[in-house]
This record gives sequence, C-alpha cells and structure tokens, in this order.
Amino acid sequence: MEDIKKLEEFQAKIDADLKIEPKDWMPEEYRTHLQRQISQHAHSEVIGMQPEGNWISRAPSLRSKVVLLAKIQDEAGHGQYLYSAAETLGKSRDEYLEELHSGKAKYSSIFNYPTLTWADIGAVGWLVDGAAIVNQVSLQRTSYGPYSRAMVRICKEESFHQRQGYEIMATCALGTPEQKKMAQDALNRFWWPSLMMFGPHDSESAHTANAMKWRIKRETNDELRDKFIQKTVQQAEVIGLTVPDPDLKWNEADGRYEYGEINWDEFWNVVKGNGPCNKQRMRHHIKAHEDGTWVREAAIAYAEKQKSKQLVA
Amino acid sequence: MSNTDHQGDVWEVFIQSKPGLPHKHAGSVHATDKEMALQNARDMYTRRQEGTCIWVVPLQAIVSSMPEDSESFFEPSDDKIYRHPTHYIMPEGAKNI
Repeated sequence: MEDIKKLEEFQAKIDADLKIEPKDWMPEEYRTHLQRQISQHAHSEVIGMQPEGNWISRAPSLRSKVVLLAKIQDEAGHGQYLYSAAETLGKSRDEYLEELHSGKAKYSSIFNYPTLTWADIGAVGWLVDGAAIVNQVSLQRTSYGPYSRAMVRICKEESFHQRQGYEIMATCALGTPEQKKMAQDALNRFWWPSLMMFGPHDSESAHTANAMKWRIKRETNDELRDKFIQKTVQQAEVIGLTVPDPDLKWNEADGRYEYGEINWDEFWNVVKGNGPCNKQRMRHHIKAHEDGTWVREAAIAYAEKQKSKQLVA
Repeated sequence: MSNTDHQGDVWEVFIQSKPGLPHKHAGSVHATDKEMALQNARDMYTRRQEGTCIWVVPLQAIVSSMPEDSESFFEPSDDKIYRHPTHYIMPEGAKNI
C-alpha cells in the first residue's frame, strides 16, 4: 500500500520533469534499469579506447597523434564520469567491473569491429562519436540526476571528437585516389554498425517502454537513428563519399532521406559475442585490469602506512 | 558505494571555475589517499581549464539531509515571507530603496 503511494509520487515527479536523486525513493526496476544502462555506457567508453589506441603509434603526423591521445584520454574520463554516476545506485566499481568481465554486462557492439586503416580512425570519430552524440544530447534530459549531469559534461567534450574524425575523413577523401578509396572503404564498413548503435527497432526493444515512461530515455531508438542519418548523409556528400545503402534516396516532398533496412542477423550475432573482436577486447581489458593489481595493492598499502604514521605522531 | 572496493575510497570533487566564485560539485573520483584524490580530480575534471581550485572530500565525511526529512527541514520557511524584501510597503515616491 505504502509502495503504491510512493510509486505514484515517483511517477508524478517524473511527469513534472523533476530529477530523481540518489537518496530519493525509486522503484527497484528503475534502479536496475539505470544500473544496467549506465554501466553499459561506461563500459563502452572504456572498451572504445582499444580500437583507437590501435593507431596511436602509427598516427601519420605529430598533430594527429596528440589529437588522438587527447581524444582517448577523454574517453577514459567519460568512462569514469559514468562509473561514478552508476555507483550512486548502490553498486561498487568492483561489482560493475566483475559484471563486465563475466559477460553479464554488455558494451556497445561497435567496438567489436577492428580499425584496419587510418581512415577507420576518421570513421570512428565521425560516425561512432557522431551517433553517440545524438544519443547523449538526448540523454542530457534523462530523469536520473547524476546520469544527466554526466551527460552534460560529456556532451561539452564530445563535439571535438566528431570534428577530428570528419577532418580525417575529409583529408583522405579529398586526397590521392588510393586515399579516397581508403576513406570509402572505412565508410562502407562503419556505416551499418554505426546505425546499429541505436539498438533494435522500438517494436523489438525489451527496455523501451519502461525507459520512456520513466524518462530515462527521452527519444526512442528509431527516432535517434533517424536524426543521425538525416544529418550525416549530407556530410558524406560534401566530401564526395557514397553511403553504402542502395535504398538511400532524398525525398523531395518530405525534405528528408529515406533509407534501407539494417541486417539484424549481424546485429544479434555481434551482441551474442561473435563479432570480429569480441574476445580480443575482453581479453585485453581483463589483462590490463589484472596487470594493474599491484598498483592498487601498493596504493592501499601506502595509504595504510601513512595512516598508522599519523596515529603514532 | 561500498568502501571495501579495491579501487580506493570515493571522494567528492568540488571545483571553483574562477576566483571569486563558489566551489561547485563536479563529480567523484576513487583514490586511496588525499594526494591521489587531488591528482585524479585534476586529470578528470579540469582537462580544459575548467578550474582555478579543487576541493576533494571523502564521501564518508559528508553529512546529508535525507529526502524524508525535507518537510521538517525546509517547509517551515515557507510561511516567513517577512524574510523577503518584497514583504515591506515603501512610501510612495521613495527612491533607491
């Protein structure tokens, strides 16, 4: 009885666009939904450092190298902001990492594709960060306070990422015929996986209804995907690249692009762990975490020593 | 927010963006001691000249009011409108007050 009243008050707050804060009462499913969504988001930022890190030592100029390093450092920071937000829901950082390593928690499938050429780094910044921005701009208005604040901070930093990616793509596309071919090839491989980043169709998405009712998400997967397509196709045209969708065409009457259907078999296959790099990504993350054990142990030992020194003094 | 975490304790971070402005909550970091907390906060929250000063405070040291207390805490001030300048009636024609 008491819970029904609390639930009504909770929903009234959501409907009035008031934020929910960590110590406020919330339904258990709201909490678990956020724990899953925010940790998945955090894991994606951190795993996303790997395909880009692949090119630090081979960046074609000093400028592109410092830029790539700064971008990857930002991704690490974004992961940290999101883990911090996730921790306010009553689960520790260790527990979230454990869920990632055991495979219980997922991360965005886009990072299970390899970055084979330098143009792929362009495609990642332009398309992958571009898709992430569309999603994150919308999530700034999410109902959970700490998640919303993390999104505001991330969005401020994210726009340089997309611009650096598009700059790489433009440089390649407007360069020699070989460079243009490389840019087109990167677009061909990253276009569809980028569209898949928005998740299944609304009709197929297990979580959409609750997420919308509780205003965790403010726009649906299909709405966000459409926004991304509408703004990105023009950018491809400007640099003379062709979006690899035979059904893509401009609808003059509606003033918008029409497009083809995603290969959902590929989507589910990669989600289930059979993408080109799933195993490699997870192996690397576990190794980095285990290799860091001595650092964490040393830091704790040092802190304890300092504390006991203080007690003596 | 378990503090038995192997990642160190949680520290809340407050940043002053310019001299003269109040410190504002920015987020949190994990650290095992105060120097590490300060350095992690610098790396995480001030990569783009966002600050001129950082405070880090152990989460355990923060005492917070609770949502269920908000009625007794904050509502009594609702009926004390005489605490606001608009409560007072000024004589016609008085200036600069």
